[in-house]
Parts: sequence; structure tokens; C-alpha cells
Amino acid sequence: MGSIDSSFFDIGHLDALSSKQTPMHRVDPRAKVLTTICFIVVVISFNKYDPAGLAPMVIYPMAIMTIGNIPFSFIMKKLLIASPFVLSVAVFNPILDRSPAMDLGLFSVSGGFVSFVSIMAKYVLTVSAGLALIACTGFDSICSAAAEMGVPRVFTIQLLFLYRYIFVLGEEAVRMTRARALRSFGDKGLGMGVYGSMIGQLLLRTMDRAQRIHLAMLCRGFDGEIHHSRSSKIRLSDVLFFAGWSGLFVMLRLYNFPAWLGKELGRLI
Amino acid sequence: MSHHIVEVKELKFSYPDGTPALNGVNFRITHGESVALVGANGAGKSTLLLHLNGYLTPQAGSVRIGDMPITKSTLKHIRQIVGMVFQDPDDQLFLPRVYEDVAFGPMNLGLPPDEVDQRVMSALALVGAVHLKDRPPYRLSGGEKRAVSIATVLSMSPSILVMDEPTSNLDPKSRRQLIHLLSEFDHTKIIATHDMDMVLDLCSRAIVLRDGEVVADGAARDILDNRDLLDASGLEKPLRLQGCPICGNSGKNQQL
Repeated sequence: MGSIDSSFFDIGHLDALSSKQTPMHRVDPRAKVLTTICFIVVVISFNKYDPAGLAPMVIYPMAIMTIGNIPFSFIMKKLLIASPFVLSVAVFNPILDRSPAMDLGLFSVSGGFVSFVSIMAKYVLTVSAGLALIACTGFDSICSAAAEMGVPRVFTIQLLFLYRYIFVLGEEAVRMTRARALRSFGDKGLGMGVYGSMIGQLLLRTMDRAQRIHLAMLCRGFDGEIHHSRSSKIRLSDVLFFAGWSGLFVMLRLYNFPAWLGKELGRLI
Repeated sequence: MSHHIVEVKELKFSYPDGTPALNGVNFRITHGESVALVGANGAGKSTLLLHLNGYLTPQAGSVRIGDMPITKSTLKHIRQIVGMVFQDPDDQLFLPRVYEDVAFGPMNLGLPPDEVDQRVMSALALVGAVHLKDRPPYRLSGGEKRAVSIATVLSMSPSILVMDEPTSNLDPKSRRQLIHLLSEFDHTKIIATHDMDMVLDLCSRAIVLRDGEVVADGAARDILDNRDLLDASGLEKPLRLQGCPICGNSGKNQQL
């Protein structure tokens, strides 16, 4: 059961990171969310046969993690957990697309392989930027930033509750799997069938709890809207943060920096 | 006009699957009273509590809070008067920060931000939880969660506090602190509980429920000393009124 326990508590770790005090944490959440969206859009827009052009983009997640004092190893671990899904999408590219795309003297690299590398690079960049954003902002601040920027309340409230109760639901699931494991004596218990009813149980318990939470909200005058108290002003530094980074992203997209660097270096030599 | 009166008349309720929960409950609680609602599991305590703030509507009989019957149009007002503390604080604390959670009620009342802030801080101060205000609720200990969930209700300045098992799952020290805290409130209190020793400390009156009916309603000290009544209702005397296992004292001479 160790694996479920530990991956569950890791979410809490992500949350704990967001309460640090660094210059990166102090940037307005709205500015960070917009910048990260801009980053993701630019990264995705790169041509799939141009993984080299993506390389300089790594500067943004790196900067967030360094200035925000977020451990690289933590983000890397999270990336590894999700990587099988992306791998299974990208892995067929080298097989299906065999046209040579690059000539490296002795070898020629197929287009499929190049696009494979570029998909993986895009995955690493976008997801690490997203995780770093949550780690240095806090999920609740991201939700309220989204709400302030006009995302419908229905979505932001759903997200907020999802995040709040994933801990409670996780604990409940951990307790159930533990109870099952302790009485199955290292065997398979009653096999897969028992998981079906456990998931059903979990759903019923969740619905019960949802009802109680709704009741608790009604008791305190809930009328379909959560009123946020924090409504901070955007400062000049926040605008500069957004403008500076997105300007850089666009520049890196329009001008192939690595190619230029290679050419210049070649001329120097 | 007093907001502090709770009057339940011939209240009946059965759940959609046909399980009867309340069969004609009657009582009247007046200003400042501290009343324990005791009874075995399934006696109807929780169902009764759910009627007191209009979550369930009576199938027969009536519930009046102050001078108002509970109807759709009075519901909002009644929920402000009757503050309800749930058994599981995780049901009650649903926002990401303690401060926001305590502010949730006052904000829904449409109070100006300064007033909200002032109410939040004084509610937190009252339960001794000011230092927790920026913490996420799921990171608190059981006792802290309980204190904060009481603050979320106090911030709406209710006249009547309704509590479901406030001392459950607390360690002895937290339990003692909670009892001390509650004893300082001058609200009308209705407490559903199995903790008979707390009843002894906090409540002047007790209502005993059995199979959805009130079988006894009177001074807590009389009811807590009535072994036959308690036995028949699936309850026991408070431990402090029972015999001492070491010295063999029967507990008869114990001072109430």
C-alpha cells in the first residue's frame, strides 16, 4: 500500500511548496497563469521536426523553479509518473515515419525519431511549467485568478472542490485498500471482483459526503456563488513579468536561436 | 420578539425508503438553555437536528424558531439564527484556507469586507485559532478542525448553536478544552451526543429520544441519575456517576 500512500501525500507536498515566500511566489497569480498559458501555446506551436528550436524554452520552467526555490527532483518525479502516457502516444512515430530528416555524417535520423524527441520535449516543457506554476502559486490562488479573469464560476468552484476533497477521498480510498490488504494475507484477496465493489462503495460514500457538504454550505447561506475576499491589484511588476516573458517566448519562436548560435560560433571558429 | 426559542410540535418524519425516524416529537427550548439530546444510535437525533435549520421539512407537525415557522421564505433568516456544527469537520470546512472558510458565512450574508474581517478574527479569537487562519483545513489536527468549524458558525453570530457530537474523536485534553469553550457561550445550545459526562458538565436539561419519540425531558441531573430510563434507552450513567473500579465506591454518594 506504500505506493498509494506516498503518491497521495505528494499532493500535499506540492501544496506546502506554494506557501513559501520568494519573489516568484509574490507575483500576482493572474500574471503567472497568463504567462504559463502563453508559454504552453508557444511551445506547442513549434514545428515537430524542430526539437532544437525548443531547447531555449527550458529557461522558463527553470527560472520558476530556481527563483521559486522548488526542488527539481520533485518536479522530475512527477514528470516520470505521467511519462508512460506520452510515451505510448509518441512511440509509434519512429516506426511509422521513416523518411530521413537529418544527416549526421554516418547516421541519418528518421523524421519519426525527430518528431518523437520533439513530442517528449514538448511534454517535459509544458507539464513542468504547469507543475512549477502550481507549486509556486497554490491551486486555490490559481482558481481564484481564473475566476477573476472571467472563467465561469461553475468551473472554478468545481476545481476548488476537486482539490479540497481529493485529500479526503484519497484518505478514504487508502483506508479501504488497507482494510482489504490486511485481511487478504498477501494473496489476491478475492481477486479483481472485490475492487469493483470497492469503487462502488467509494462512489456511494462520496455522494453521501457531497450531500453533507452541500448541507453545510446551505447552513451558511450558500446561494450558488463563492465570494472571494482577496482581490489584489495588479502591480506594474506583474505586468512587466507577463510582458517580458511572453515577449521572450515570441522572440524564441520567431528566431531560431540555436541555429543562429551555431552559425555565429561556426563563423568565430 | 425573541430569536432564541425553538419549538417543535408533533414532528413526524420517515425516510423515502419507509424507515420511520421521528414519530411525533414535542419540546420547547427557551432563551439561553443548554439542552442535551441523547439517545441510542438510530433514535432519531440527527434527523431531528436536520429539521432545526430547515434541511428537512416536517412531514407532519411543525418547527418554529423564534417567532417564525420554517418555510422557504424564512429559510435564509433561520439559517443565520441557527448555527449548525457538524459531526465531521471535514464536511464543514470546504475552502482552501481557514480564514476563507470562516468568512464564507458572513460573505454570503452580504456584509461589507471590513465587517467580515472583524467577525472572522473575533470568531477565531473566541475559539483560540487565530494562528491557524492561513492554514489549509485538511492539515489541521482533529481538535483544531473542531475549533475552526465552530468558528465558521460563530462568525455568523447565531443565537442558537446546534451541535452534532461535538466531542467525538477528540483526545481527552481537546475534549476538555472544547467543553470549557462551550460553557463560556451564552447562546441557546442544543447538543446531540453520547458523551454523558459532557452532558453533566454543560447541560441543565436533557431530552431522551427512543425510536423517534421523546421518552423523557427534564433536568439533566435527574435523567442522568435514572438508571432504568437510561438502560431502556441504550444509554449509561456518566462515568463519574458510576462506581469506582478501584475503591469499590458505588457512586451513589457522588455529588452532582
